[in-house]
Amino acid sequence: MPKDAGIGASSKRREDVRFLTGVGNYTDDINVNGQAHVFFLRSDIAHGTLTSVDTAAAAGMPGVVQIFTGADFEAVGSIPCGWQVTDKHGEAMQEPRHPVLAHGKVRHVGEPIAAVVAETLEQARDAAEAIVVDISELPAVVDMKEAVKDGAPKVHDDLTSNLCYDWGFVEENKAATDKAFEDAAHVTTLELVNNRLVANPMEPRVAVGDYSRGTDDHTLYTTSQNPHVIRLLMGAFVLGIPEHKLRVVAPDVGGGFGTKIFHYQEEAFVTFAAKACNRAVKWTSSRTEAFMSDAHGRDHVSKIQLALDADNNFTALRTDTYANMGAYLSTFAPSVPTWLHGTLMAGNYKTPLIYVNVKAVFTNTVPVDAYRGAGRPEATYQLERVVDKAARELGVDPIALRRQNFITQFPYATPVAVEYDTGDYVATMDKLEEMGDFAGFEARRAESKKNGKLRGLGVNCYIEACGIAPSNLVGQLGARAGLYESATVRVNATGGLVVMTGSHSHGQGHETSFAQVVAEMIGIDESMIEIVHGDTSKVPMGMGTYGSRSIAVGGSAMVRATEKIIAKAKKIASHLLEASETDIELKDGAFSVAGTDKSVAWGDVTLAAYVPHNYPLEDIEPGLEETAFYDPSNFTYPSGAYACEVEVDPDTGKVTIDRFMAADDFGNIINPMIVTGQVHGGLAQGIGQALLENCAYDENGQLLSASYMDYAMPRADDLPMFNVDHSCQTPCTHNPLGVKGCGEAGAIGSPPAVVNAVVDALRSGGSDVTHVDMPLSPDRVWAAMQ
Amino acid sequence: MAQVKMTVNGKAASGEVEGRTLLSSFLRDQLQLTGTHVGCDTSQCGACVVHVDGVAVKSCTMLAAEAEGADVATIEGQANADGSLNVIQQAFQDHHGLQCGFCTPGMVMSTASLLKENPKPTEAEVRAYLEGNICRCTGYHNIVKAIMAASGQDVSSIAAE
Repeated sequence: MPKDAGIGASSKRREDVRFLTGVGNYTDDINVNGQAHVFFLRSDIAHGTLTSVDTAAAAGMPGVVQIFTGADFEAVGSIPCGWQVTDKHGEAMQEPRHPVLAHGKVRHVGEPIAAVVAETLEQARDAAEAIVVDISELPAVVDMKEAVKDGAPKVHDDLTSNLCYDWGFVEENKAATDKAFEDAAHVTTLELVNNRLVANPMEPRVAVGDYSRGTDDHTLYTTSQNPHVIRLLMGAFVLGIPEHKLRVVAPDVGGGFGTKIFHYQEEAFVTFAAKACNRAVKWTSSRTEAFMSDAHGRDHVSKIQLALDADNNFTALRTDTYANMGAYLSTFAPSVPTWLHGTLMAGNYKTPLIYVNVKAVFTNTVPVDAYRGAGRPEATYQLERVVDKAARELGVDPIALRRQNFITQFPYATPVAVEYDTGDYVATMDKLEEMGDFAGFEARRAESKKNGKLRGLGVNCYIEACGIAPSNLVGQLGARAGLYESATVRVNATGGLVVMTGSHSHGQGHETSFAQVVAEMIGIDESMIEIVHGDTSKVPMGMGTYGSRSIAVGGSAMVRATEKIIAKAKKIASHLLEASETDIELKDGAFSVAGTDKSVAWGDVTLAAYVPHNYPLEDIEPGLEETAFYDPSNFTYPSGAYACEVEVDPDTGKVTIDRFMAADDFGNIINPMIVTGQVHGGLAQGIGQALLENCAYDENGQLLSASYMDYAMPRADDLPMFNVDHSCQTPCTHNPLGVKGCGEAGAIGSPPAVVNAVVDALRSGGSDVTHVDMPLSPDRVWAAMQ
Repeated sequence: MAQVKMTVNGKAASGEVEGRTLLSSFLRDQLQLTGTHVGCDTSQCGACVVHVDGVAVKSCTMLAAEAEGADVATIEGQANADGSLNVIQQAFQDHHGLQCGFCTPGMVMSTASLLKENPKPTEAEVRAYLEGNICRCTGYHNIVKAIMAASGQDVSSIAAE
């Protein structure tokens, strides 16, 4: 029987009521008394020398408060990068200055040049049109391979080239890997593009800066996945505001998908301008601005090779990737193609030798950073496409080839520096085969053929590393932050709890699922627990939500803090019950003495903590509030097997997804309804990447896809109902809940399934096509068939 | 600036607007009805859907002045009189048809319009009707399921949550 409360129950989401009745509190819903509005004048040229910005006429326009240009920010810090990658020669990456407003040069379309603060947004926009900007255009670099050639125009004149770093991993494995390729019975090679995407949370970014002259306190309301990280990055590195004078609030946030992790210029601007203008300043991004200022995702060009022996065992893997950084280094950009990508190249397979090379390149495009999956989709796509191609070349069943090479013993230390604690890849593949009715596929294919359609089946596996991450490890790898999480549990006198978590919910339902965990631990009703997040003045510290880390790291911190609460409450109960502390048991919200009928209710203990008339004051303090910081000892490793069945119309090249099956292993699950919803959303984004979405630039660096008219977002009639299962559960061994994380799996696992299916369909029609680059739009598929 | 008057969620509303002021801006900025969201600038996303004289309209495509004298319904007026969720809202919660909640007001308003026109839509009809409402979180599976359930149809055969 499914549970109806606590861990494992599909509790309905409490946050839904405010969202469904229109009384959520998103950042754009916040208006500060007396606020002004800012409009950013952005570059429409990808690369050029900024010769003059004449604001004289604009300054006299109605309602203008003040106009800022790059010169106003010369004394202000650079927008910082939070991760330093060391290249294969032991040298630090090249790290350019990233100004709040462009100064000297513009380096991508959308880079802010000037900011007009005015009484209304319309007045600010009108005045911006009166600013005269003179840009001497320079040749732009857009293509990564062109950008690293000798003589290519340099994005940053003070760097030696457009190469940010040339990373080799694991460098010590390179010679042995190359030797294994020389000795291989078969080598499969595949060149592919992981298309540039735009995350596109439905809520555009918004930032409101406020300043109190009386107390010198700054407040920033912003659409962030991690307000404490913004407080640290902006306060310490850009504006020089100490954390105790800076409050960052991220209220209801309308989706993130990675792109709301990063610290952006607009946040620094409104905070700076609020003090300069002595009034609150608000910025609301339009969707067009979002396309040219939100950090983009993916954009890798790779060549991958798989070596096999005569028995079809994988013997070695090597891959060369060019990774686009865009014009500047966004907050976590350097880590995505390296430590979040190279470490995943083993996938689900016991390949003994792996070597990964990544060249990160500056171009005249919007910065690229983490987008749902971040590095792991790029690794999975390469690996699962090359395995599929190998199976075709060898004439073996692609599922059998995968099964033959599965890792089956755990823990398993990969040749790419990580150790998988648990998993059962055979179980998820077995489940997938059961869900997919593969035995009936040929009959379905025959039926499609009768209707003039080509049917294909694609299967793949995935592994991801979630729960980022052990601080000491990521510190060695170049992270400029710890990646623990904190939680404070405050029990009130009347027994209700407030849990303050450093995780942030922007659609994931933490207010519901986190309460389920604490309710289960204490044995009280979920309604007695309030989850507070997203405000640095309420939550002591936090690293935020990304990398499917919230329940694995944030949830673990919450468990540790609740354990401390229970331990102290037991001391109080033992005093009230005049029994030994070791005999006290907590069950269903009451403390009892083992083996007796003596008990005291949760509420009596909490009241005693705050009204300590009969209380062990000599042993413990009054009050009931505890904080825990949890630093994980390893990543978690969710895994799964996915299958996609498509129909291709050979006349038009249009691909229709007939069915999609996902068998995931997320370890233990707190709320199955929410987990399934997370997988659905991930699948839609992965299928969107595979079939529809593409962020396109022309050779001059003009952004061609800057609206929903040009960027193909998945819509309801592009997608099927999904068949999702997460009954295979191998609990994580190193966190208290045994959880692994589920937020990114769908986006990681689905693109190769779709492409494998389309290639299968095309080949069934007699084509010898081996690969089509995403997105598999009708024109590309049709062209591939000709 | 011109005076505009209309009925919003059954109550008289008025304000001073510029000719270029959009209905979505008027609702959000002047009436503080911030449940109507703006997710794009090309009338594609549907987060701003409201009803004007009973018809679903993207409020970012309509000038406030055009709504002079109109009867406007927004997400804030959809719950039952006692404050409980209406059938559509309840179905969205029951079937996890929302995650971040940003597209949700538009989805609920579009659903109300769909079910008025077509009380028992098929899955394909629901998906076709939602062409103008983009959701980035749910993959639409649970939205479609919620809408089918709100129409009184049995959704038990649709993959479980």
